[in-house]
Amino acid sequence: MRKESLEQINACRSAHRPCVLFRDLDTHESFVLEPGLHVDEQDAELHELAMQALRTDRCVRREVRGQDWFVQPFNAPLRLIIIGAVHTGQYLASYARSCGYDVVVVDPRQAFASEARFPGVTLNTEWPDYALEVLAPDTRTALVTLTHDPKLDDPALQAALRSPAFYIGALGSRRTQAARVERLQEAGFEEAEIARLKAPVGLDIGARSPAEIAVSIMAEITATLRNDLSADDAD
Amino acid sequence: MAELDILDTAQRWLAEGRDVALATVVETWGSAPVPGGSQLLVDGQTNFIGSVSGGCVETAVIGEAEEVIRTGQPRMLEYGVTDEMAWEVGLACGGRIKVYVEPVR
Repeated sequence: MRKESLEQINACRSAHRPCVLFRDLDTHESFVLEPGLHVDEQDAELHELAMQALRTDRCVRREVRGQDWFVQPFNAPLRLIIIGAVHTGQYLASYARSCGYDVVVVDPRQAFASEARFPGVTLNTEWPDYALEVLAPDTRTALVTLTHDPKLDDPALQAALRSPAFYIGALGSRRTQAARVERLQEAGFEEAEIARLKAPVGLDIGARSPAEIAVSIMAEITATLRNDLSADDAD
Repeated sequence: MAELDILDTAQRWLAEGRDVALATVVETWGSAPVPGGSQLLVDGQTNFIGSVSGGCVETAVIGEAEEVIRTGQPRMLEYGVTDEMAWEVGLACGGRIKVYVEPVR
């Protein structure tokens, strides 16, 4: 691979633009394809391979007219928006970064959302509804509310339910969740929309401590991303 | 975890004037320990980050990567079930992987 290809891939990744690396494993020829750019010039079949690799987030090896192509996708980074700069959020931010997510923590309470508590994490101290207007969750975004305070959690959940976020979770007991569902219904959300909400949040692994609860949440996000979303495109 | 990112690190190592080879899992069969596309980055002094298996064949791949850096020629490597050569260059899990090793320059 040429150094220029490496630099192009890294530039795409830092700009949150998907790209795909093609390598011919016989001739060692390689190039980077950015979907939508120069489509006319690109071979349609190679372009379709690129889109398949990005869609499934899996490498593809395919012979196209005698060339043995290895097709490696680089999707825009996954993103996790955490509402509530609380103790569990500190662990969750750390685990999510280890799993490759860009993490944003939203909490207007500046005593919570401090650099000292979240070193190196992007902090946003706007109210969640304003924050989410700017953050605009997309299909590569997960969102979790952790504050227990409807004033902060509800506006975030409502914005998330109107977005294509792939995972929406809310911390709180079954009783809290029942009350939350009533409020969402009053706000005009349909049953099917509310059903997207993972609550109580996290896989049932008997978690007790904040760190363990963060493990259960990260596991549920991963299961949603890898099992549920990939099911349609599985080989 | 920027310090563990393979491609960012590759770019940084090149900027520091180090020789770099990139190993990529291009095919897996059976219970291979990592998915296709997993990568291992090696410099000319056997420093490495990343992985192409659960640690089973990394030593062998790093040795091959040094040759790739020396010759400038990419190589395709294949590792299968542990055999007589045993745990030095086999996959104890019973899977098989193909690893493409290329210079980056």
